[in-house]
Amino acid sequence: MNSPLIQARGLIKRFGDFTAVDGIDVDVRAGEAFGFLGPNGAGKSSTMRMIGCVSPPSEGELRILGMDPRRDGPRIRARLGVCPQLDNLDTELTVRENLTTYARFFGIPRKVARARAAELLEFVQLSERADSKVDPLSGGMKRRLTIARALVNEPDLVLLDEPTTGLDPQARHLVWERLFRLKQQGVTLVLTTHYMDEAEQLCDRLVVMDGGRIVAEGSPRELIERYSTREVVELRFTTDEQGTYAEKLAGMADRIEVLPDRVLMYVADGDDALAEVHRRSLSPSSALVRRSSLEDVFLHLTGRTLVD
Amino acid sequence: MTASAYVLEYHLVNYRRTWRASALSTLVLPLLTMLGFGIGVGGYVTAGVDGVDYLDWLVPGLIASAAVQTAIGESTWPVLSYFEWLKVYFAQAAAPLRVADIVTGHLAFMLFRVLLSAGAFLLVAAFFGTLHSLWAVAVLPISALTGLAVAAPVMAYSASVTSDSYLAILMRFAVLPMSLFSGVFFPIESLGLLRWVAYVLPLWHGVDLSRAATLGVSPGWDGLWQLLYLLGWGAAGWSLAVRRFGKRLVV
Repeated sequence: MNSPLIQARGLIKRFGDFTAVDGIDVDVRAGEAFGFLGPNGAGKSSTMRMIGCVSPPSEGELRILGMDPRRDGPRIRARLGVCPQLDNLDTELTVRENLTTYARFFGIPRKVARARAAELLEFVQLSERADSKVDPLSGGMKRRLTIARALVNEPDLVLLDEPTTGLDPQARHLVWERLFRLKQQGVTLVLTTHYMDEAEQLCDRLVVMDGGRIVAEGSPRELIERYSTREVVELRFTTDEQGTYAEKLAGMADRIEVLPDRVLMYVADGDDALAEVHRRSLSPSSALVRRSSLEDVFLHLTGRTLVD
Repeated sequence: MTASAYVLEYHLVNYRRTWRASALSTLVLPLLTMLGFGIGVGGYVTAGVDGVDYLDWLVPGLIASAAVQTAIGESTWPVLSYFEWLKVYFAQAAAPLRVADIVTGHLAFMLFRVLLSAGAFLLVAAFFGTLHSLWAVAVLPISALTGLAVAAPVMAYSASVTSDSYLAILMRFAVLPMSLFSGVFFPIESLGLLRWVAYVLPLWHGVDLSRAATLGVSPGWDGLWQLLYLLGWGAAGWSLAVRRFGKRLVV
């Protein structure tokens, strides 16, 4: 009953000499929203493709819905909903036909497919566009349609690869809200993202991947507690040499990070720390106390170097 | 089997949105070729070929050739774009379809298109009174088989390339010579050694079988071997296409 929907042990994916996924262990339980976080090239999408049964693992053990993807691909995919990173909707077809034709691939009778399409279009707020073609839809609408298509077989497990990448803030919030509703309905969500706010909003549990490995695992709260402090003080000084302040601030924070334009102090209590800064008359030109976020964890674990 | 039927159904729904544009050319093209070649060129070929009026001799070749043109048209750019631009195949691969279902369903749709254009041509040909025998209806299955013999391997080719300049190469170095040297416009006996182009490639076998059908001449045992040869191209092409599609979709 409580066996995990996804169970990976020592999962490896190689492409020639390149190892995209380098031995990861993952358990995703029914009803949870699970996230894969990481910079570009961390191995998130390769992992998702293995879970989606369109990419055979090179090594290791992978069980999905209690089945073996190497053998039971079609049977597993019948119970998955997949929302790929790039929309692959049918631009020639109408919004509704995109759902009804896709439903047929699952052997869903036409009548049921039509009813379900109507329901799902309602759910993703596209009912008014049901008979319009896909091409003129906005990015956010296309994304919602792709999500609706992933739900057409009433899946046990929905895979979302960077569900809101490239969307404007309004569109993102609408997608998040819909995904949150799905989660409340008990649908198990597995998503990849490099947006920290997305992970904090949606994920019960997540793993941070870097270079094909899992570097941290836990709930957003746990990860912040483990790898960051409760609060962060961001200080800017008028001089170009932010670095010279690092020594003066030493001992006042758990960890200090010097960036080209500001200095970050990782502390338990930001206001206390800032008061201490002022008491030592270090007088920064601006100061901001904020709660530590998953972004701090992420940057701490995967570094600030740009990955393309 | 049913899963490939779902894929075929998808392509038919898709076709419903675009068929008007292609319907006109499906009918007008045979009409123009009949008029141009048959009446125009045929006017000069007063002696006929093999004791038959040139137009009557030419028509079955044109039908087989049109079947192959349609097969090529459907198995090149659409296949490339379903991989490269529209990503249709990737969406299908995420559903509980197997690679073989995706290939077979699309191939079935291509044969449907081949049957439509061969059927339209056959109607026009009947209207011009160029069909000598009721066996002419056999042109339909022959066209489908010839279409399969071409579409399946070309599908494998299109799945192996990532840019349409490779499709242009295929057109120039394979399709064009095949159309010219497959006994569509003149008997291959006048080709000398080039005749082997006709023997090896699928089109001539389709032309020869269609000609026997519309002229009401028995193809004899050779006909059976030609059918099997076309089937062989189709089967080999299909299994190659499944492998090439697998390489792209399951990695």
